[in-house]
Amino acid sequence: MDFLFIIQQSLSSAIGVNTIIFALAAIGLNMHFGYTGLLNFGQAGFLAVGAYTTAVLVVSFDFSLWAALGMSVLASVLFALLLGVPTLRLRADYLAIVTIAAAEIVRQIARSATFNDTLGGSDGITGKFGKAYFDLNPFTEGLETPILRFSPNDLWVVITGWLLVAAVLGFMWLIVNSPWGRVLKAIREDEEAVRSIGKNVYLYKMQSLILGGVIGSFGGAVYALSRQSVQPDNYSTFLTFFAYTVLILGGAARVFSPVIGSIIFWFLLVFVEQVLRQAVEQNYIPDWLINANQVSQVRFMLVGLGLMLLMVFRPQGIFGDKKELALDARA
Amino acid sequence: MHAPNSTYAAEAKKALVALDPRPGVDKPDPIIVAEGIKRTFGGLTAVDVTKMQVQRHSITALIGPNGAGKTTLFNLLTGFDRAQSGSWTFNGNEISKTPPHKIARQGMVRTFQLTKSLYRLTVMDNMRLAATAQRGESIFLSPLRFVWGSQEKEITERAESLLERFKLIDKKDDFAAALSGGQRKLLEMARALMVNPEIVMLDEPMAGVNPALKQSLLGHIRSLRDDGMTVLFVEHDMDMVRDISDWVVVMAQGQIVAEGEPHEVMKDQAVIDAYLGAHHDMTLETEDR
Repeated sequence: MDFLFIIQQSLSSAIGVNTIIFALAAIGLNMHFGYTGLLNFGQAGFLAVGAYTTAVLVVSFDFSLWAALGMSVLASVLFALLLGVPTLRLRADYLAIVTIAAAEIVRQIARSATFNDTLGGSDGITGKFGKAYFDLNPFTEGLETPILRFSPNDLWVVITGWLLVAAVLGFMWLIVNSPWGRVLKAIREDEEAVRSIGKNVYLYKMQSLILGGVIGSFGGAVYALSRQSVQPDNYSTFLTFFAYTVLILGGAARVFSPVIGSIIFWFLLVFVEQVLRQAVEQNYIPDWLINANQVSQVRFMLVGLGLMLLMVFRPQGIFGDKKELALDARA
Repeated sequence: MHAPNSTYAAEAKKALVALDPRPGVDKPDPIIVAEGIKRTFGGLTAVDVTKMQVQRHSITALIGPNGAGKTTLFNLLTGFDRAQSGSWTFNGNEISKTPPHKIARQGMVRTFQLTKSLYRLTVMDNMRLAATAQRGESIFLSPLRFVWGSQEKEITERAESLLERFKLIDKKDDFAAALSGGQRKLLEMARALMVNPEIVMLDEPMAGVNPALKQSLLGHIRSLRDDGMTVLFVEHDMDMVRDISDWVVVMAQGQIVAEGEPHEVMKDQAVIDAYLGAHHDMTLETEDR
């Protein structure tokens, strides 16, 4: 087995583009679920809004990329308002139902034949809409080391992407450790109690939904830019549940945990895939058990099994505090 | 502990003793004035109060058998539930359509029958949270610690002195979930005081509290009035009602059936009927329908 290759692929994935995208999606979810207790099952919708607004405005409406990125923030704010206005006054379950449906509606609209001309139907949009961004790329050669390997474009996306993640985390750290963040955590514990001492719970929940949604839409913009394409089926519910996995793996309601969770998740996923692939190719694993075509499915089974074991033996996630989790039993 | 015969206590007693003890009687200096409150759940009339006033600076008890509508009335007054009809004012301001957080900000703060401590917040954060008009609670100012840092310090000092008074200061860095049931009651009361309320509405403050702590809770409730607050509380513990209240309002089947001083009202036939059920259908039929 070529262990160096396995390590190189796994580490490049661990700090790669997917890790950045899912870290941003999970940071947004952490705002919603970890700090405010909002059950948003439609984070994929926010990523889709961010990705599509960026791509569509450039390709179909001749916006500059930077204006389109600005508009994608605005669009995700509007999407959050659309979701929040009818549901945030109701019990938490309603938000969960509405968000999961709304994210699917966004995806179905994007892939519908009716808007084929602007949104590209089920093929999505492919084009050089990220040109203005890649023109700024100072790297003419990629990174080629025994443990890390990136193409020039990927290297640029990875560096700018991590700067974005760092900026978002810094901002998150400041606001969740402020009186504003304290109100959010209190809402997560008991809304009625927070109302009884004079806080406008609805307003705070809305702010949290918007902010977490905008952070998610950054992830969508990175998704679109890094691939220079958007495809509707990349934004289906699996994306939301991966983001939840990443968040819970790291430990909810910790500022840095989504990033660590995302790194571990993408490291494991690629590591298991590469090990299996080589084991199958070199007949360490017999063909009747797993063949080469099944590897990419089996890796999810194995990673999923690992995550289940993690939940059994370390339910608070990597960074969570077990004592704090136990308090949730509402003693 | 404060002496029970402070000026506020004496004034409240003096003002109330002159009153004619009948349901809905006008008070000389009412802080809450309610009229025609009606709340039905389907076919069940939970609250149907024609008139109710609460005297400022008094400790008023709201008693009645289970299902009398006491907690529902509490929920209505504090905006946590919506009445079908009726209007009520707090300090002369109409608040029957006001959302609960605005009512709290005006100075009417309630606690809950089942204590609502914010479990995964520390005791100190529970307290700090309740301070009003915090600059750092604005999403736009929250990242700027230099804007709200000094205010946070003042709030922390105020919280510390309250925690000291309620003997919770040693627990200030513990999660609220780590407190005992009685300590949570104390915390909830202390937290309510962080809002700087004019009236504190306590929903069964003694439920699930051990006898030793009961005495200290009684002292704390008295001290609220002595500090100039009005207290309205729901309670089943008759000893406590007799012990600390200046005035007692008795509810049965959603209506106020009697009012008066604690020792007098217990002798009232309507109250005895309401509790013991003697001719209880007949009494209500003839009196109120």
